[in-house]
Amino acid sequence: MSTSPAGRGIIIEGMRKRYGEGDTAVDALKDVNMVVQPGEVVGLIGPSGSGKTTLLKCLGAVIEPSAGRMTLGNNTIFDNGWMIKDLRALRRDNIGFVFQAPYLIPFLDVTDNVALLPMLAGLSNNESRQRAVELLGALDVAHRAKAMPSELSGGEQQRVAIARALVNKPPVILADEPTAPLDSERAMSVVRILNQMAQQYQTAIIVVTHDEKIIPTFKRIYHIRDGSTHEEAGEGRAFD
Amino acid sequence: MISLAGRDVLHAWGKFVFTGVGLGLLIGVTLTMAGVYRGMVDDAKVLLNNSGADLWVVQKDTLGPYAEPSSLYDDVYRSILGMPGVARAANVTYLTMQVRQHNRDVRAMVVGIVPDGPGVPGYLMAGRQISRSHYEAVADIATGFKLGQVIRIRRNNYTVVGLTRRMVSSGGDPMVFIPLKDAQEAQFLKDNDAIISQRNRTSANPAFNQPGAPDLLNAVIDSQSSNPYVNAVLVQIKPGYSAEQVAEPVRRWKRLQVYTREQMEEILVAKLIATSSKQIGMFLVILAIVSAAIVAFIIYTLTMGKIREIAVLKLIGTRNRTIASMIMQQAVGLGLIGFIVGKISATIWAPMFPKYVLLEPGDALRGFIAVVIICILASVLAIRAALKVDPAEAIGG
Ligand SMILES: Nc1ncnc2c1ncn2[C@@H]1O[C@H](COP(=O)(O)OP(=O)(O)OP(=O)(O)O)[C@@H](O)[C@H]1O
Ligand SMILES: [Mg+2]
Repeated sequence: MSTSPAGRGIIIEGMRKRYGEGDTAVDALKDVNMVVQPGEVVGLIGPSGSGKTTLLKCLGAVIEPSAGRMTLGNNTIFDNGWMIKDLRALRRDNIGFVFQAPYLIPFLDVTDNVALLPMLAGLSNNESRQRAVELLGALDVAHRAKAMPSELSGGEQQRVAIARALVNKPPVILADEPTAPLDSERAMSVVRILNQMAQQYQTAIIVVTHDEKIIPTFKRIYHIRDGSTHEEAGEGRAFD
Repeated sequence: MISLAGRDVLHAWGKFVFTGVGLGLLIGVTLTMAGVYRGMVDDAKVLLNNSGADLWVVQKDTLGPYAEPSSLYDDVYRSILGMPGVARAANVTYLTMQVRQHNRDVRAMVVGIVPDGPGVPGYLMAGRQISRSHYEAVADIATGFKLGQVIRIRRNNYTVVGLTRRMVSSGGDPMVFIPLKDAQEAQFLKDNDAIISQRNRTSANPAFNQPGAPDLLNAVIDSQSSNPYVNAVLVQIKPGYSAEQVAEPVRRWKRLQVYTREQMEEILVAKLIATSSKQIGMFLVILAIVSAAIVAFIIYTLTMGKIREIAVLKLIGTRNRTIASMIMQQAVGLGLIGFIVGKISATIWAPMFPKYVLLEPGDALRGFIAVVIICILASVLAIRAALKVDPAEAIGG
């Protein structure tokens, strides 16, 4: 089993990221400091080009930060260099991704889109599918379990993507504008689900968003401007 | 773990199957080309087997009678009969020509045989062997002639009394067997005007037309209008003798060339159809390259169409090995469909070819292995591209 205990959530200290070198170098992240507790959903907002996606990519271990420290769950994964060799296994077991577009695998049905991750982690097909179906039930899309992604509505696809992000019970979920293509009702339901899941599985969740409708739901918000983060209290408005 | 390759193929099976069928027709052509070559070799072997001969005696310094013209006096066989180890010997002539039946012409190799001698076709599909020494014929079924039909060779008519199969010359022309005497005449025959004018010229020559010797002129005219030549002597040897044992003295004493069956096979396969086989080999090489290019191109295109999915698979932790094997399995799957389609289509169209096409299981197996290897190599390009995909692309901007 690859379930990792939620550990210490997400801790980022003094992270910097520079793209390129010399005259054309871009300092996308200059000083990022963030803490997300297990079970907490925080918002990350900032103007275009401020470094939000770059931050998620660093956290998601798909690009290498230039400096700083990152802790995910129980592991310090980066300390001025990767502390873990197998980044793909790290992603598979520790990080769930939700994107603006759901990016489901078009040739797998809904169940297998979700079940693929536990399968990749070495679980049997049956066990993996059982887990997938359970989660799909929790996310209210169990009735579409046998459908192909192209047959789903945008909201349904996004919920399947969330199920996929959750299925390995990672300590961390990174969501990049997960509600952008959804109407406000669907958007709210996605945020509600993320909050429920955070509590249920003690997951630390970062949601990058521009979406005015959902910003008031965060208890804490990080603003990022010119590559530096500033913490702010959010409204933490309850869901209806 | 589920098969990603299989699921992807099922999802886009139309594209996949159409490509596989296209590739399959190409593979079918390749298998057929190999079959054409095998057919030629097999025809040569059947020709030799059915000839009923152990030795071919031909003109000195020639590769006759199939590969080069050869000409012997028709009484040579008598002296060969007296050589140790010779059981039977008979003259034979070969002449490729047009044979008329009603109002159609068939290109055939007319073989003059001694009825009952070595050289009569070994196996008849229908009818009987030639029993009279004139005007009967045994034809290969590939000529399209039927039993009882009358065919015309030069100026004489022959009745088809028997049918053979797979008796074709190395050039692929079906054989028509006729009695040796008729065949010699056909080889030599001049038209009537030519005979009359030659007779007149001979009669006008005082050296032949001497008042005191009237038989001389007739003898000269006779010798002018008959043909004392044949192309080869077919020899069967007595049990207990080896072919070479019998051949050697004939070569030495009779100043003739003698070929054993192995040597004859070597001449037919290595000399006569050597150019054709190179030609076919060249085709096979080109077809293999074209197939490889097609598979590579298709697999590359299919993979490029999945870049985003591959980025997502990598992001969520799929190993390179899994992704590479997905692509390779698809390439091999494409090859499999292609091979099956190719094998079936080759089997369907092989009998329609005018010449014998022999599809050997061994060639099919070699073809199959080649297809699999080609597909694996062809997938390398796509795999390299897929492994370069950056998982960050899945996250986007
Ligand atoms: N691969 C790269 N190479 C060089 N510069 C880059 C690269 N990716 C991003 N940048 C630069 O880094 C800065 C931060 O980009 P990033 O994509 O993180 O912004 P963002 O906050 O996600 O913006 P948006 O809200 O528009 O998505 C920008 O100035 C961008 O031009
Ligand atoms: Mg962005």
